[in-house]
Amino acid sequence: MTTATHTLLDTQENPYALSHLDALEAESVHIFREVAGEFERPVILFSGGKDSIVMLHLALKAFWPAPVPFSLLHVDTGHNFPEVIAYRDRVVAEHNLRLHVAHVQDFIDDGRLRERPDGTRNPLQTVPLLDAIETNRFDAVFGGGRRDEEKARAKERVFSLRDEFGAWDPRRQRPELWSLYNGKHAVGEHVRVFPLSNWTELDVWQYIEREKIELPEIYYAHERDVFARNGMWLTAGDWGGPKETETVERRLVRYRTVGDMSCTGAVDSDAVSIADVITEIAASRLTERGATRADDKMSEAAMEDRKREGYF
Amino acid sequence: MSTDLQADSTADNPFGEASATALLRFATAGSVDDGKSTLVGRLLHDSKSVLADQLEAVEHASRNRGQEAPDLALLTDGLRAEREQGITIDVAYRYFATPRRRFILADTPGHVQYTRNMVTGASTAELAVVLVDARNGVVEQTRRHAAVAALLRVPHLVLAVNKMDLVEYAEPVFAAIAAEFTAYAASLGVEDVVAIPISALAGDNVVEPSAHMDWYGGPTLLEHLETVPVGSDPSEEPARFPVQYVIRPQSGEHRDYRGYAGQLASGVLRTGDAVTVLPSGHTTTVAGIDALGKETDIAWAPQSITVRLAEDIDISRGDLIAAGQAPTPTKDVVATVCHLHERPLRVGDKVLLKHTTRTVRALVKEITYRIDIDSLEQRSGADGLSVNDIGHVLLRTAEPLALDHYTDNRRTGSFLLIDPADGTTLTAGMAGESFETVRTTEPLEEDWV
Repeated sequence: MTTATHTLLDTQENPYALSHLDALEAESVHIFREVAGEFERPVILFSGGKDSIVMLHLALKAFWPAPVPFSLLHVDTGHNFPEVIAYRDRVVAEHNLRLHVAHVQDFIDDGRLRERPDGTRNPLQTVPLLDAIETNRFDAVFGGGRRDEEKARAKERVFSLRDEFGAWDPRRQRPELWSLYNGKHAVGEHVRVFPLSNWTELDVWQYIEREKIELPEIYYAHERDVFARNGMWLTAGDWGGPKETETVERRLVRYRTVGDMSCTGAVDSDAVSIADVITEIAASRLTERGATRADDKMSEAAMEDRKREGYF
Repeated sequence: MSTDLQADSTADNPFGEASATALLRFATAGSVDDGKSTLVGRLLHDSKSVLADQLEAVEHASRNRGQEAPDLALLTDGLRAEREQGITIDVAYRYFATPRRRFILADTPGHVQYTRNMVTGASTAELAVVLVDARNGVVEQTRRHAAVAALLRVPHLVLAVNKMDLVEYAEPVFAAIAAEFTAYAASLGVEDVVAIPISALAGDNVVEPSAHMDWYGGPTLLEHLETVPVGSDPSEEPARFPVQYVIRPQSGEHRDYRGYAGQLASGVLRTGDAVTVLPSGHTTTVAGIDALGKETDIAWAPQSITVRLAEDIDISRGDLIAAGQAPTPTKDVVATVCHLHERPLRVGDKVLLKHTTRTVRALVKEITYRIDIDSLEQRSGADGLSVNDIGHVLLRTAEPLALDHYTDNRRTGSFLLIDPADGTTLTAGMAGESFETVRTTEPLEEDWV
């Protein structure tokens, strides 16, 4: 038995040490390249949120100097922040990417989906997503999901097999060993791929800072008309708020996640730079989704149920 | 988004950062009753990785069950089926950080039928924590966990002797368990064992040093995790670079660019190095290395890079670029395997074999013997392997593979067997011999006539 008197083999003393960001980046790039080598029609789910932005940045690095060999897919709830849509279109143009958009509104208009009484459209994204996957015959779909986000995601694979209904069955997931990813699937099935599986929220922010990645402005502190609902600051808009009993006030806020306006809450903040944001997060006593996403609070097993239905 | 993919860096390392922490991947194993969920919950809780809303949810759920104190095990029990049965049924990954390190924890159930989960969790781990109950000491399951860690070549092993509070924090109890476990690990070829007496429930020696065990002079579990060396020294390994993807823009300023993209599985690669491309055997030199958009003279495992070669030879996904002593490509694979699926693996099965970035057809020629993981005895008469079985096999592949011994290289010595019919992952394989097993003669049937 040895008593532990280790020399620190970390970054300062070992010329071959990799920082945690380097190690995570190398792993994510490896995942993107595996998919490029094994699948016919991969697509990146791109919402204009920070996780999908980091995914795209990693893909650009993975295939440099060649273009990214994947198209992008955005499931548009129709309640998106205009700043985010503008950002999305700018990035697509800048990198000469192909963007597919699936509109929730189209499905409501033709009766395939019905508006919920609470006005929230996040849960309505599943049907347009699966429809776009089927129509375009996408066989690999990159998502920005991270295992640290929620307990049901802690067991998610990097390559997550979905059946012809897009459903996720925890008991049918394949064991993943070493860095050997198994992309084999039957016709009609597809694989969801999560290149950021092993990243945490803080890693993502540190990487954004290191790589000087531009984000939509709503991630930084700005003045905005908001009202309180379910303990969150929501943005006033024609999606269904504020109600008569809710008062609008102007506050200095920022968003920690980007999603549907009806269920994405802002937090009070004066963080105007990435460094400010990182300081704020490191000191924060609330997880990302707990603070700002109403839809995940539904029940202890809410996320598990929605994954089974084919949600992200 | 900026098109400039070149972040600021130190002069000699294109990936470098001044104030970075290293990443440690580790695995835990222990049976349902050893208090593993409590230990993991304690690590997360005491390292301040549990945030207010998560803790609130746990307190709420604990109150609903009539428990007075928050049950830290609830922090980690994720899926509904598990909450109902009070067990963990799969590998779950947890994330936490201290100012000194970032951690990825593969939390694997220790129950007998879940050998495959521990094999899975251990496959990427640099350290394994084996948990025992101080009242029970080293049991069959403890030996199994040690054997799996040894089989998967996890470099560092920690024995966490839990529930010390239930044995009056007595040193002799701990010392006897530590001695027995260390001797067993040594017989498996594992030299680096650190034993730590803890109480996950009371918090002794997990994150905070124990006030009850003055006799123990070593680190707490977290201190050990923060200081154990991460990674091997790539300068001591031969370079291995499986080609994942060929990058050929064929337009613009990079019209003639031809790069081989991949992740270094081991070793160091420098511009000018002589390399062999396998399985063809062509030799050439490294003309240049691109580190994700920035040219560099040197790269090392596990960096993802793009390699340019001096000669224009035919190279595609699945080839291996090797420096130093290159493996001899072979179609006859000898390996130790762990079978992962309810569908048994039988002699004569036709499967797909995925090794690094190469997938080939393969035939199960022989299942030489099963290995009893508790006694390390060979059991003959194996025409098939059932789920969780560990065995020694011979495979014949349709095309040659450049395999290293798993004992030399975890990335280029490992492979998967896949069912060609539906893509199911069947078996995890480790090329070459694993550890010394004991040949046994099967007991003869008594003649009662």
